Amino acid sequence: MPAVRAKFMWDLCTHSLAISKVRGASYADVRVMHLRQRDLTTKNGQVGTLAQSESIGIGIRVLANGAWGFASTDRLTRDGVAACAAQAVSIAKASALAKREDVVMAPENAYVDSWQSPFLKDPFEIPLETQLALLLAADAEMRRVKGVTLTETDMQFRKIDSWFASSIGSRIHQRKVITGCGIVATSFQGDEIQKRSYPNSFGGQHALQGYELVESLDLLEHAPVIAEEAVALHSAAQCPQKTGTLILGGSQLGLQIHESVGHPIELDRVLGQEANFAGTSFLTLDQLNKLRYASDIVNVVADARVDHGQGLGTFAYDDEGVPAQCTDIIKAGQFRGYLSNRETAHLIGLNRSSGTMRTESWNRLPIIRMTNISLLPGTWSFDNLIADTDDGILMETNRSWSIDDRRYQFQFSTEIGWEIKGGKRGRMLKNPSYSGITTEFWNSCDAICKREHWTLWGTPNCGKGQPMQTMGTGHGASPSRFRDVRIGAAFSKQ
Amino acid sequence: MSAARKSSAGAASAKGAATERELRGIIDTVLRLAKSIGVEETEVHVDETISALTRFANNGIHQNVAEHTVNVSVRTQVDQRTARATTNRIDEDSLRAAIEASLSLAHSQPKNPLLLPMPGKQRYRRVNRFIKQTAALTPEDRARAVRRACDLAVKKGQTAAGIFSSAQSHSAMGNSRGLFAAYRDTHAVFSITMQEGSAASWAKENAADVSHIDPQRLAERASDKAHRAVDARELAPGRYTVILEPAAVLDLVGFLFYDFAATAVQDKRSCFNERMGKQVFGNNISIVDDVYHPLQLGAPYDGEGSPRQRVLLVDRGVPKNLVYSRASAKVTKKKPTGHGFMLPNEYGEAPMNLVFSGGKSSLEEMIASTERGLLVTRLWYIREVDPYEKIMTGMTRDGLFLVEKGRVTSAARNFRFNQSILEMLRNAEMMGPAVRATGEEAFEMVVPAMKIRDFHFSEVTKF
Repeated sequence: MPAVRAKFMWDLCTHSLAISKVRGASYADVRVMHLRQRDLTTKNGQVGTLAQSESIGIGIRVLANGAWGFASTDRLTRDGVAACAAQAVSIAKASALAKREDVVMAPENAYVDSWQSPFLKDPFEIPLETQLALLLAADAEMRRVKGVTLTETDMQFRKIDSWFASSIGSRIHQRKVITGCGIVATSFQGDEIQKRSYPNSFGGQHALQGYELVESLDLLEHAPVIAEEAVALHSAAQCPQKTGTLILGGSQLGLQIHESVGHPIELDRVLGQEANFAGTSFLTLDQLNKLRYASDIVNVVADARVDHGQGLGTFAYDDEGVPAQCTDIIKAGQFRGYLSNRETAHLIGLNRSSGTMRTESWNRLPIIRMTNISLLPGTWSFDNLIADTDDGILMETNRSWSIDDRRYQFQFSTEIGWEIKGGKRGRMLKNPSYSGITTEFWNSCDAICKREHWTLWGTPNCGKGQPMQTMGTGHGASPSRFRDVRIGAAFSKQ
Repeated sequence: MSAARKSSAGAASAKGAATERELRGIIDTVLRLAKSIGVEETEVHVDETISALTRFANNGIHQNVAEHTVNVSVRTQVDQRTARATTNRIDEDSLRAAIEASLSLAHSQPKNPLLLPMPGKQRYRRVNRFIKQTAALTPEDRARAVRRACDLAVKKGQTAAGIFSSAQSHSAMGNSRGLFAAYRDTHAVFSITMQEGSAASWAKENAADVSHIDPQRLAERASDKAHRAVDARELAPGRYTVILEPAAVLDLVGFLFYDFAATAVQDKRSCFNERMGKQVFGNNISIVDDVYHPLQLGAPYDGEGSPRQRVLLVDRGVPKNLVYSRASAKVTKKKPTGHGFMLPNEYGEAPMNLVFSGGKSSLEEMIASTERGLLVTRLWYIREVDPYEKIMTGMTRDGLFLVEKGRVTSAARNFRFNQSILEMLRNAEMMGPAVRATGEEAFEMVVPAMKIRDFHFSEVTKF
């Protein structure tokens, strides 16, 4: 694609800010973003999707008459961005016709910086033939297994450049390289469809990494394993319905964190700003520093810093120009913090945003999003955890997920389960599921595996906002044990 | 090279929407550039969207956005290989780069013996779904309507949240074999949630013509139901007769749409695999896919340029037909039905304009005929638990009411359901007239309210 010149982008940012001010904005920030993406899939030994895309444009957010306005355009000329800035101010003034109170923003420093996410191998520089050959080889390995009726593989690469400028003087360029990869084997037999995914569902693992992520997954070794499991699930025993001990694999626990910790701590939800769509939260402001969210071995952080790992929620600055931070969410079981922005921080007694404003693209308004919401490692080895469990079920790899609009009651099902009897992993179980109430569930956690079993999982498909925005979030987790959990309700008949 | 547009590529107007001629100009530019470098076959899609959305919460506007985007998507085909590249830059350099990127991707893969040549010129039925009044809606128009809805909430001691949006879309596609198709429409949505204490209710409508939406009427409906939703009783989980309002029906049956794809059946991931021609649903269930239905929106052609056909999918409970892309039609020796997605893809096709036959019962008649049951406003966070039995899980939301002896007697706490859609559509006892329904889980379709017996609720939540 033709080159994108940084100086030109900064000129557009500066011009947009100037026009916004002239038109009456008391504050403005702008994001020029250039997004590049490559998608490769195979199905049953044939190439499926093979596509590349790029999108570039500018989003301008302004405060005028105490209210917000946002406009975006892909007309990247001085006239184009000037019209867009004027439109943003005009929209803000219309907002003021039905505002509740003037917006107040927490103070923030101005930053001038440039940052690139670390990666070893640029996935856009790896030959397509190499990438497709690996996917087709993994696809072939799965199809070798008798009983497999559908095989699918995918790779997805993204490179995102953003130029952020604000009227307080920030000028921040960030470049992020994101890689995702996974494989799936499906088997139809009799009256059921079973499938297994590796290394996770949702297209596999996704991280702020280069092609080295793909190479680390060893697809060819795992392809026949999941294919055999998909077929074997047909003859496995049905997961029982009972109340009992549950051990969750790391990727499933990552999604559990996402739904039952990550979403309820979003301060915009708590304040009712998402009431019409994504919902609200049971974590009302009076719960902060008072609620016993979890058992005392549970520690959860929101950490966007690269030191935490290269997750989908890792960056140097959020899309409001606030530096990446680590915030305690649950500390020794106690509820300690929310995800906030410059507009909401003061409502929880903070004088600074926790740095969680993120946008999907140049044509979307930044909103509060999860960064990396992670359960910190515990002390158990996985072998000891199994050996210590007399009667339980191990569940791995998400199949379905659902939770109410205040984030109390959830139900998850997974692709595969394993019976644990007398400290040993026993027979395979099909159609496993579990359900519960968020705080009861987290308070029943009595064992968390240690750092060597901990992975920063990527959830690439988190939807929120109107217009809808899809965001990638990170969730560090290691296998953990929960007691007295309701198991098997998804397939109950009564 | 500058990222700025050059007019030589037939750029869209500086302000406002591009004309069909301007979109065609972009397509012609791509086809000319591709021909000049010897590309065998080329297909171009141009999509322009101009949209705005006003969002409110806590009785005031808190977000208010607008966007204008143009995307050009180029598919090249050479020697039984194809790939796609998309850009939102429409200067000639960028269009040429998109062609070259598509070619580079195409050359990198093995030959696909099943790949068909691009189709030639087609004939399309005209539809008129562009309403000037919707396209002309201003931020002030939206703000005034929002203000009135919020004033009602304040007057009633309630809290309002929602959206008021409007959009216009202009699309065109063409290829090197002479195919050309164009479509434009408008679209407006008003959605409102009214909260009273811990209770809430919701109302939403969408239409091509914004004058068909009455925001204040929706606000009043949500307000009234939110008031009736206070003091919700906790009921025991179990099987209940339910009266599902159209939004609740839509968000469940919307999960069936991929199952009607011929490719999904070939891949053995459809719930209709080995069930075609059998009595799967009750004999009061008939479903067509019909983009030309007066309550539907959508282009009269698919992603491959094939004209969309009206297809009878389910006749009196029996799945009769699937929809076909050109490729799946070739494999099964059928005719394409005009439901294909843009190539290349791995899903093939899907019906996007489902229309249920419905019935004649009113919601009031359904309630009056119910000895004990639940009235469901909407459903939330629906996900598939079992793909073959089509068991779905999810929650009720924003207004669940207990019906006893033919009348609504109280509000009920929200339930989780685990319910097979196949079983549900065998248990439909009464249906209302099919209406254009809108929810949050599925795109808009024409479905009725339904009274369903033995709907399975497995657990109850805290509110």
